[in-house]
Amino acid sequence: MCVKYTPDSAANMSVEGGKANWGDSPMVINPWDEYALEEALRIKDKYGGNVTVLTMGDEIAKDALRTSIAMGCDHGVLILGESSSMYDTRFTSQVISKAIPRINDFHLVFFGKQAIDGDTGLVPMSVANLLDWPGLSYVSKIVSIDENNDGIEVVRLLDEGYQECIAKLPCVISVVKEINEPRYPSFVGIRKASKVEIEVIAVDELVDVEVEPSLLRWSVSKDSVDTYDDPEILQGDDMSSIARALITKLTADKVI
Amino acid sequence: MHSGIWVYIDHFQGELLTVSSEVVTAARLLADKMGLSVTAIVCGHNIDDLIDQIARSDVDYVIACDDITMADFRYESFGALLAKLYAEHKPKIILMPSTHRCRDLIATLSVKLDVSAITDGVDLNVENDIVQVTRPVYAGKLNAKVSVSDLFCQIISIRPRTFAVCESNQERSEVLQVDPVYEESEIVIKVVSYDNYSTKKTLSDSSIVVSGGRGVGGPEGFQPVRQLAETLDGALGASRAAVDSGWISYDHQVGQTGKTVSPDLYIACGISGAIQHQAGMRTSKIIVAINKDVQAPIMKFATYGIVADLFDFIPVLIEELNSRSV
Ligand SMILES: Cc1cc2nc3c(=O)[nH]c(=O)nc-3n(C[C@H](O)[C@H](O)[C@H](O)COP(=O)(O)OP(=O)(O)OC[C@H]3O[C@@H](n4cnc5c(N)ncnc54)[C@H](O)[C@@H]3O)c2cc1C
Ligand SMILES: Nc1ncnc2c1ncn2[C@@H]1O[C@H](COP(=O)(O)O)[C@@H](O)[C@H]1O
Repeated sequence: MCVKYTPDSAANMSVEGGKANWGDSPMVINPWDEYALEEALRIKDKYGGNVTVLTMGDEIAKDALRTSIAMGCDHGVLILGESSSMYDTRFTSQVISKAIPRINDFHLVFFGKQAIDGDTGLVPMSVANLLDWPGLSYVSKIVSIDENNDGIEVVRLLDEGYQECIAKLPCVISVVKEINEPRYPSFVGIRKASKVEIEVIAVDELVDVEVEPSLLRWSVSKDSVDTYDDPEILQGDDMSSIARALITKLTADKVI
Repeated sequence: MHSGIWVYIDHFQGELLTVSSEVVTAARLLADKMGLSVTAIVCGHNIDDLIDQIARSDVDYVIACDDITMADFRYESFGALLAKLYAEHKPKIILMPSTHRCRDLIATLSVKLDVSAITDGVDLNVENDIVQVTRPVYAGKLNAKVSVSDLFCQIISIRPRTFAVCESNQERSEVLQVDPVYEESEIVIKVVSYDNYSTKKTLSDSSIVVSGGRGVGGPEGFQPVRQLAETLDGALGASRAAVDSGWISYDHQVGQTGKTVSPDLYIACGISGAIQHQAGMRTSKIIVAINKDVQAPIMKFATYGIVADLFDFIPVLIEELNSRSV
């Protein structure tokens, strides 16, 4: 199970020297990853096994692992490097795909659909390709897992609707929100998480130092959203006159 | 001759997605600035009509693969074919629409070519042969200008409704037919069935979206909202509060953990406009908020605000719209 530690979705973002800054807003587990975590835990409840949670980032990202362990994961691995925002998806995927076989013989690797900071959504299927395992993206339901035949059947939510497909284990899965309702960390879990030993692997142990942490050049700027004009509150004597005023406006704007 | 800019044409069972023709427009703009040709890549099964449609659009060449193994999109077979074609023709830029299928394809291709890809572009600029892509990050709260430093191939996906639909009815471009790389037995993933599939307007493609939130009060409350969407020939959206309450299915959800839409007109009915909802719709051209509460956050960023009970207002609006069109 791979989680990313990201600024909270309600964080007030600002820009400093072309880089994003979230001030003192809290960091959280990427919201999409909570659904993946929950699904991994449900699969464990149903079929047995262990859930390992992995994150790549700096020391602070350990908090994401502790929260995941408090939710029910058995083991946490930090791939220690810089803050995850310093890496592009190519690098992140390479590191994660090297780490996975090193940690254990996994049957399933779960991902969130995308990370709410970079919003790229490329890591899961890149890892699938790098591992040369089948990758099932946008999974909204795991229909069945056949341990004898290493088969898996899932439903995926695509742009036009649902698609049912089958593949072979081991495989990579990214999930959509519809799949479940994530649990909260339990009291017992929180106590366990505060004591458990986190395994740490350095990024440099996994990839050559020559590999560029990012081939992308970024510069961030504030969206124009703050410069919105005040809205025009449409008024009238009755509903019909307001409706007509709106239709006149929308017609003038050429949107209807 | 096939080495300039590629556009990957995404379609659903032979039906062209609007966003694919928008990406052809983007490719043409870049091609004219950079002095390159535009080649469309289209794969599927029984897609003669689609190939013809693409060949008559604003592209210079078409590479097509029409084969039974390509009937369902699978990143394995599609990715292998694109990687092979890449090795033969070495395009400088590969553009795709931002769809679920293309995201899988981009991830595959970027691994096979060992490059970094850029997704969800909303603006493109060229400087010294490098494409600068503007894309929203942090759920649309910030914009990033991104470019690749490694220039051998730039892979970029583009959001729906960023560019105009390309011109068609031109002379038919030359079509190169190619064979798939994999046989069916070499592809691990098998598609069993499609459910709920509709080729009707998807949320992200629609030029008008009408959404309902907690303010609709229940599943029946969506009736007027749905009717307004139908009257305007738009798509139906929803806030997470409405989805989580079980009033409407998740595929309608707009926002950070739902779909991102950018229509010409977005009408929010009984939606407060939380930051996570904004993330999915703030780039809409015109935003209309119908809300009882003048203090609701949505009233701060809407273009037009209607302070009213939606159950009073929407039926009247539908009536006025209908009387207008007759
Ligand atoms: C990690 C995370 C991700 C999230 N992702 C999303 C997402 O993708 N999409 C999303 O939408 N939300 C998302 N949310 C939830 C978001 O924070 C809000 O809770 C949600 O958008 C509120 O939905 P709402 O506007 O429908 O409901 P409310 O905030 O309850 O607003 C209802 C509005 O309806 C008005 N109203 C009530 N009755 C009427 C009436 N009869 N006529 C007219 N107006 C009426 C009220 O005045 C009020 O403004 C997310 C939250 C988190 C923490
Ligand atoms: N630094 C990271 N550490 C662990 N998992 C990550 C990291 N970055 C991305 N992921 C995983 O990949 C998914 C997609 O992220 P992205 O492709 O960056 O949008 C996330 O939901 C996580 O499951």
